[in-house]
Amino acid sequence: MNDFLEVKSISMHFGGLAAVENVSFHVNRGEIVSLIGPNGAGKTTVFNMLTGVYKITAGEMYFEGHDLREMIPQNIVKIGISRTFQNVRLFSKMRVIENVLVGTHIHTKYSFFESLFRVGRFKKEEAKLEAKAIGILNSIGMGDIVDSFANSLPYGEQRKVEIARAIATDAKLILLDEPAAGMNPAESAELLRFIRELCDKGYTILMIEHDMNVVMNVSDRIYVLDHGRLIADGRPEEIANNPKVIEAYLGEQKHVED
Amino acid sequence: MNRILKTTESLCYKYRYILLAAFIGLIVAVPFLPISRVIMRLLIMIALYSMLGMGLNVLTGYVGLVSLGHAGFYGIGAYVCALLQVRLGVDFWIALLVSGLFTALIGFLSGLPSLRLSGSYLSIVTLGFCEIVQMILKQWESVTNGNYGIRNIPKPVFFGMELNLQNGGFLVVALVLALLTGLGCLALKKSNTGRAFLAIRDDELAAGMMGIKTSRYKILAFVISAFITGLAGGFYSELNGYIEPTNFVFNISILILSVVIVGGLGTVRGMIFGAVVLQLFPEVFRFLNEWRFVVYGLLLVLMMRFRPQGVLGWQSTQPYHISKRTKELLKETVTTKGGIGG
Amino acid sequence: MNAFIDAIINGLVLGMAYALIAVGYSLVFGILRLINFAHGSIYAFGAYMVYFFVSLNIRLFPSIVIAVIISGLLALLIDKVTLEPLRKKNSQLISNLITTVGVSFIIQNILSVEYVFGSEKKVFPSLNLFKNVQIGNITIQSSQIILLVVAVILLVVMSLIVYKTKIGLAMRATEQNTKAAKLMGVNVNFIISFTFFLGGASAAIAGSLIGGYYQVISPTMGSLIALKAFAAAVVGGIGTLYGSVVGGLVIGVSECLAAQYLGSNIRDPMAFVILILILVIKPNGLFGKEQIAKV
Repeated sequence: MNDFLEVKSISMHFGGLAAVENVSFHVNRGEIVSLIGPNGAGKTTVFNMLTGVYKITAGEMYFEGHDLREMIPQNIVKIGISRTFQNVRLFSKMRVIENVLVGTHIHTKYSFFESLFRVGRFKKEEAKLEAKAIGILNSIGMGDIVDSFANSLPYGEQRKVEIARAIATDAKLILLDEPAAGMNPAESAELLRFIRELCDKGYTILMIEHDMNVVMNVSDRIYVLDHGRLIADGRPEEIANNPKVIEAYLGEQKHVED
Repeated sequence: MNRILKTTESLCYKYRYILLAAFIGLIVAVPFLPISRVIMRLLIMIALYSMLGMGLNVLTGYVGLVSLGHAGFYGIGAYVCALLQVRLGVDFWIALLVSGLFTALIGFLSGLPSLRLSGSYLSIVTLGFCEIVQMILKQWESVTNGNYGIRNIPKPVFFGMELNLQNGGFLVVALVLALLTGLGCLALKKSNTGRAFLAIRDDELAAGMMGIKTSRYKILAFVISAFITGLAGGFYSELNGYIEPTNFVFNISILILSVVIVGGLGTVRGMIFGAVVLQLFPEVFRFLNEWRFVVYGLLLVLMMRFRPQGVLGWQSTQPYHISKRTKELLKETVTTKGGIGG
Repeated sequence: MNAFIDAIINGLVLGMAYALIAVGYSLVFGILRLINFAHGSIYAFGAYMVYFFVSLNIRLFPSIVIAVIISGLLALLIDKVTLEPLRKKNSQLISNLITTVGVSFIIQNILSVEYVFGSEKKVFPSLNLFKNVQIGNITIQSSQIILLVVAVILLVVMSLIVYKTKIGLAMRATEQNTKAAKLMGVNVNFIISFTFFLGGASAAIAGSLIGGYYQVISPTMGSLIALKAFAAAVVGGIGTLYGSVVGGLVIGVSECLAAQYLGSNIRDPMAFVILILILVIKPNGLFGKEQIAKV
């Protein structure tokens, strides 16, 4: 059994609808794994299952030995999995730095009363967290918008702030939900570089993405989902030539002769 | 306009300690200043309602849970403080503290239903809470004296001297309470608790996904909010020397809400402004008399329509202020390594 | 035993009236996901309109008809003037909430101003239009029968409108998916206005019925009843018509039983107690649907 992320035969049923059926996959430490498939295939549902938003109908999920099935989202973050969202979910009326600081919440080492009266560990710890947040933002090129309010940022920058926030949780495994959505080729090339750098730094990435350029160029392995089921997995080259994958994306091939 | 705001804000921040010292100096000077009784009362009410606004603000401004029942907490605080003094002869200062704590406990209990509810549902439950408190105050005659209320509430005594309207003692207490509450709220906002509150307001689900135990924080907000409001209630019971259930009806909840909405949801400065407006208003527009309440309702509607953030509720034009320590830490990391993370 | 049956009958009758008001909540909530706090004040407004017209020596029935129409229009106006601009701005829930609270405050307090009607209770024409009915030991007042019958008829009419007419279909479509309804040619703004009108009209009728039942009205009658009707809507499951009926009956009967056996001062808070119980045990109400969070 894989000691990082191991997912066995998970299913998610909403009433009669099987959104995810019998899906198994694993992620090794230090990898970049992509989850792809046509719209509605159940990819984000899988993320929601992993992060405790949904209670899975069947199957098992383990992260570094922890059983994820019964865990609440907050504890899943504590053990090292954090995520971004398909539709960016920043705290719109808070500043960029405050958004990232929220990411540090679970590792904050002062108590409520210490913060209220500004005593004890508060000043030291708060400074540490602020420096950490600014450090993260600097390293992704967002150093000059630290003070900006999230609702004033263009979409691309919001995405990056969301990733910074996920990093701030000291996560070992980061789930990126369509990080390249809405980006132009220059931006997605930048994202490519950024994800590789994350990997070099020791983060493990599980990514949902539609941009094949990003997926093929950065993934170590790819899983393909369609109608809630796994239809293929393997390295990028294998997936690119897999007829089942092509069919899933383009629909049935019609004979041209007719 | 933006320029003016920016300059005002930056000046206020730069000279914040001086402003604080000046305010404290003012408080100390009060007993020696020739303030008429009418003005004294007005100032006390402004301070009181600033405090009430700040209390509601923690729940409604920071976390986004709209309470229509804060008059209930106000009443509980007032009655507990009054009863402890009148029935058990407890010293005012202790009674005040106990009333705050007791109200906080009630806040804890009334926060529990909030966990399952959101938005309008929660607000209606708070309304129901206010009505239930009214009923208890009127019904539990053996304790609360029912509709007759509680009379002859003794004035606070400070080192042997009675504090009242004439010697400025009341005003000093009111200002001190308001100041402490304001400082507390500002401290709260710039801490991980405050950030958790704001995060829950902006996107509760995402907040949970970032590790914030939203239930815990929502209850905490209720507790803090109730504590502050209870303290205000305790002080209020001293003001006239007597209280009765009609002092804490639903209309009062709306008055407190108006302070918050008009002044600026989520800001401490807004609470003070709101209190000033809503206390001056009935004085200035005395002829309006009964129509006062119609105007409060109108204010709410107009504010939501044209300036939902409140008069002083603009988004800050100042950069995020980091401490000296943070700056030093940053200098260190820059000299060590680059790359992602700190 | 008699007292018990009396309480039950009272409860059923009141419950139907609550159901009528609760339905107004459900309709608006269904379409806009908004609890209209002003609903209760329109209920009071409607009753006062009837009082006003009757005091001008207009007969009861026409007074009610006019009052109902005016109230429906008022509800519509409230939406158009205060809520629609907020929708256009994509405002947060808080704004809508506070706006409707403000509106209810305005209406209620205008009614209580001396110049307009004053804050003391006013005598309302009785619904006791014919003699009491005797069944064994039990006396049923004609007002109770009339209230029950009218409420039932109205609820049936509203159900017919919502489930059997074209406009009702449009309402349900808008409720399920506003964008799609628009694309299918539904004039969503008209439907929203119509829903408010319907809600306001039914609130006014309920106001007339309860006013006639107790023969007294006061400006604050709206806020208390609004809470109880809201409790009814939630108990049944907000958004469902039949849920409102069941909820109304539950609240009505409990309230009357509580008044009978626990004292009349427990009557009013009883609704809140039940509300809180339901919200803690089954927040979606007896017939409500589970909502699944979309991430």
